[in-house]
Parts: sequence; C-alpha cells; structure tokens
Amino acid sequence: MEKLSIDELEKRFQAKIDADIKIEPNDWMPEAYRKTLIRQISQHAHSEIVGMLPEGNWITRAPSLKRKAVLLAKVQDEAGHGLYLYSAAETLGMDREQSIDDLHSGKAKYSSIFNYPTLTWADMGSIGWLVDGAAIMNQVPLCRCSYGPYARAMVRVCKEESFHQRQGFEIISTLANGTPEQKAMAQESLNRWWWPALMMFGPSDKDSTHSEQSMKWKIKRVSNDDLRQQFVDVTVPQAEMIGLTVPDKDLKWNEERGHYDFGVINWDEFNQVVQGNGPCNFERIEARKKAKENGMWVREAALAFAEKRKNKIDIKIKEI
Amino acid sequence: MNTKNQLYNYILEIADDSLILGQRLSEWCGHGPILEEDIALTNIALDFIGQANNLYEYAATLSENKITPDQLAFLRVDNDFKNALLVEQPNRDFAYTLARQFYFDAFRKLFFEKLIDSKDEQLSAIAEKSLKETKYHLKHSSEWIIRLGDGTEESHNRIQTAIDFLWKYTNELFEDNQAYTEILDLELGISVSALKSTWLEYVHSILTEATLTIPNSPFSQTGGRKGIHTEHLGYLLAEMQYMQRAFPNSTW
Repeated sequence: MEKLSIDELEKRFQAKIDADIKIEPNDWMPEAYRKTLIRQISQHAHSEIVGMLPEGNWITRAPSLKRKAVLLAKVQDEAGHGLYLYSAAETLGMDREQSIDDLHSGKAKYSSIFNYPTLTWADMGSIGWLVDGAAIMNQVPLCRCSYGPYARAMVRVCKEESFHQRQGFEIISTLANGTPEQKAMAQESLNRWWWPALMMFGPSDKDSTHSEQSMKWKIKRVSNDDLRQQFVDVTVPQAEMIGLTVPDKDLKWNEERGHYDFGVINWDEFNQVVQGNGPCNFERIEARKKAKENGMWVREAALAFAEKRKNKIDIKIKEI
Repeated sequence: MNTKNQLYNYILEIADDSLILGQRLSEWCGHGPILEEDIALTNIALDFIGQANNLYEYAATLSENKITPDQLAFLRVDNDFKNALLVEQPNRDFAYTLARQFYFDAFRKLFFEKLIDSKDEQLSAIAEKSLKETKYHLKHSSEWIIRLGDGTEESHNRIQTAIDFLWKYTNELFEDNQAYTEILDLELGISVSALKSTWLEYVHSILTEATLTIPNSPFSQTGGRKGIHTEHLGYLLAEMQYMQRAFPNSTW
C-alpha cells in the first residue's frame, strides 16, 4: 500500500467532504476534525442529559394523567438521545466515563438554556415550543453533517424533537386559550424563555470561534445568525396565533428583507451563564454528580456480578 | 353497597396501586444510577401511569356521579386512596426502590394472570394488556435483585436491608377485602389470599438465587385498603395534586 503524506490524506479527506461523501469511524480524518466532533457530539449528549432535569422537575407535578405520561415519555426520549449521542462520540474514541467526569468538573459544556429554572407548568410548554423548536432548527442541518454516525443519529433525534416541539406548543396554546390565570402563566413563561431561546444559536457569526472551520468540514452547514433568523420568522407568527406577545419592543416585520427585525441580544447574560453564573448551573451539575455518586455502588455491583457469572449466559429466573 | 358500587371501588384499588407506584418511580427520572436504568425506570413508571389511566377511565363510567379520571387521580384526599402501603413507600435508594418493585411485580403478575378470567370483559381486557407489561417489569426487578444480592458486599447488604425492611408491607397485598364479597362471588374480581403461596415460592427462589436471606418476621403493617396510610402518602399527594388544587376548574 502506498504511504501517503498528511497533506495528501488531508486533500483526499477534504475532497470526500466536498463531494458529500460521509466520513465513517474507520476512515482517516484529521485530528482536529475528530476533536471538534468529539467536543460537539459530547456537548450535545451532555445537553440531552442535563436537559432532562428542568423538565423532570415537573413530572411529579404534571396537572393531568395525560400530561404526566407525555412528559415522562418526552424526558425518556431525551435520555435515549443522550445514549445514542454518547455512542456516536464513542465511535471517535471518546470515553463515556471520562466525558461525564469532564461535564461534572465544568471542563465540558452543555447547552446554556438548561441553566434556567422551570418555575411554572407553562415552562413545560415553553421548553417544548421554544427550546426544542430552536434545537430542531440547529439539528435539522446536522442530519447532513459529514460524519456518518452523527448524521444518522440526528435523523432519529430530529423526528422525536419535532414531536416534542408540537407537544410543547400544544401545552402553551391550551394555556393561552384557558382561564385568565392560565393565560398569564403562559405569557410570563414566554417572557422568561424568549431571549435565552434566541441565545441557543450561539454567538453572532462574526464572534463565533468554531464556525468557519466547521462549515468547511460540513460539521456545521448553516450559520448561527441565519438559523436564529429562521427561528424568529417561524415562531413570531405562532405566538401571535395564540395571542401571546413576544417580549421584544424592536420586533417588527421588515418587508424589504422578508424577515422580522428583532432587538439586540444581551450577550453579557449569555457569557455569564456559559461561565457558570446562570440561575441553575450549580443545581444542574450537583444533580448529575449526585446521580453518579449515589449510583456508584449499583454500577460496581453490576460489574462484579457480570464478572462472577460470565460463564452463565442468562440469569436463570424460574417461571411462576 | 350494590355490585356496581363494589366494582367501582374494586377497580379504584387496582388503579391507585398503579398510580402511586408510577408516581414514585417517576421521581427517579433524570437521577438514575446509570443512563440505561434511568430509561428503564421511566419506562416502567409510564406503564403504571397508563394502567392507572385505563382503570380510572373504566371506573368513571361506573360512577353514579359525573367524574373524570383526572378528578379521581388529583382531587381525592388521602383516605380516599386505597392503594397498598407498599407502593407509597419512598424510593430511598436504588435498593429500596427495586425491592419494593420486586415484591409488587411478583404480586401483580399473579394478580393479572387471574384477573384475565374476570367475567367483566373490560376488566379482563385491561388485565391482559397490563400483564404483558408486568411480565417485563418482573423480569427487570428480579434480575436486579439477583445482581445486587450477588454483586458486591455493599450491594448485598443494601438490598438485604431493603428486602427485610419492606417485608412487613407485603402481607397486605394478600388480604381479601370483605367489602368485595359480591365481586368475588360473581367472579368479577379475584381472591388475593389464594395467590400468596405461589408468590412466596417465587420470592424465595429469587432471593435464594441472589444469595439473600429470606425474611421471616411475622409482623406486618396494613391499612392502605381501608384508607389508613403511612405518613408518606400525604406528601406524595400534595406534590402530585398541586396544580389541580391551586388552579381548580381548568383544562390542561
């Protein structure tokens, strides 16, 4: 087999990407591409897992049996997303335990949105409608991402997220059409979640550190600002339809651009939350650490048991 | 009490077991010891909430008052609930949760297997659907009892403690309720006392496989079926019913 120089390998790699051929786990890839993907996919996986907490917060208080069941199913989906995203990252050589430790130490990040508290039932609506809505905008282009396992995981994630978005909108519109108290609850929730949702698309293109290279590698396919604009354009009419007001005095339709103009995002707040000073950063990581610590003996038991019984294929359970 | 009334109460009892245990399990969501187990516990919680909903829906059709499944779940007070004391016990840790689940699943499997023969078609259909889920639940909890029992010294001690502690709540599951004599006579419901020996045999076999000691304390706690609960239920209901209490007469 001919021995290729790094330059030549990189050239062939980029040619594959330019031709929209998927990169698979055993293919040669530049170290930086691998690292970028590991960072992005594990961040995404962590977001799914931490993201279970704000909604999990309302499962025991859901207002009806139907809502309780749907919310349970939804949070369970998120755990599932976390599971196959960790698996996708493992195909790149990431170690799941190490990655989780990085999350707990603050070295690895997760989506900042989950550092905001869920204070009312309406927040279950806002999270589905706005947060999952924004996530879908971010994730649909990832179904065409150059790395095969990630792209394929995203196809399934997006299908489920789209169901989540619809159920969130259904919660919020039920409230918006409900009693005056319920309507006020919906509006108050929108007021709190609107701006953090817009921040989910990340810094403006001119300030984004990772964007340019990621676009070239087709890990990222649409810019932060374009996705944000798309989200605003889709969501504002939905708010109007159910009689809620988007909390932005500068929001207005721009006929010439064919888009909504919207106000300036408070990036100081965003940076504060990313740096760990959001309302719930401490609580979210604390809960994850506790789950890991409290579960340690269970995992040790499972390993010890597997070792003891490795010659028996199945645990024998007598039928009654 | 006429037959319809008896049947209504009989179904509520089964539904309450499912709802309260489902509520307890749902507290684990996001906090499980392993991601796979987080998913499993949430899934089982979901099955129980589904069972409760099916049963309340059916009970509502038998009620003399116009009542909805949500009203049954969220607007009754502590002593209206007829669930067994076992299912309202707090999660404490994974060992207590799984011990509680194991005892209950083993009972529930036998219960639904017999309830399928109910002369009441609706109840028989619900039993058949629920049995499928319950078989999976029992496999899951039995495997964990064995794994924890025969895992490490720590897991062995933890699960043994939980198994011993919860033992006193198991006998109640097999107490025939005198209020339902007609239901039993008409073969709409089943005698739970008849299930006990098979249950014991199964529990013994799993605990033995798990290298655990079989509890033999003769003391037991009872009262749930009469609406006399442990202190834990009040808090569970306060949390679960909060929205319906704080915002009455609203649609969600």
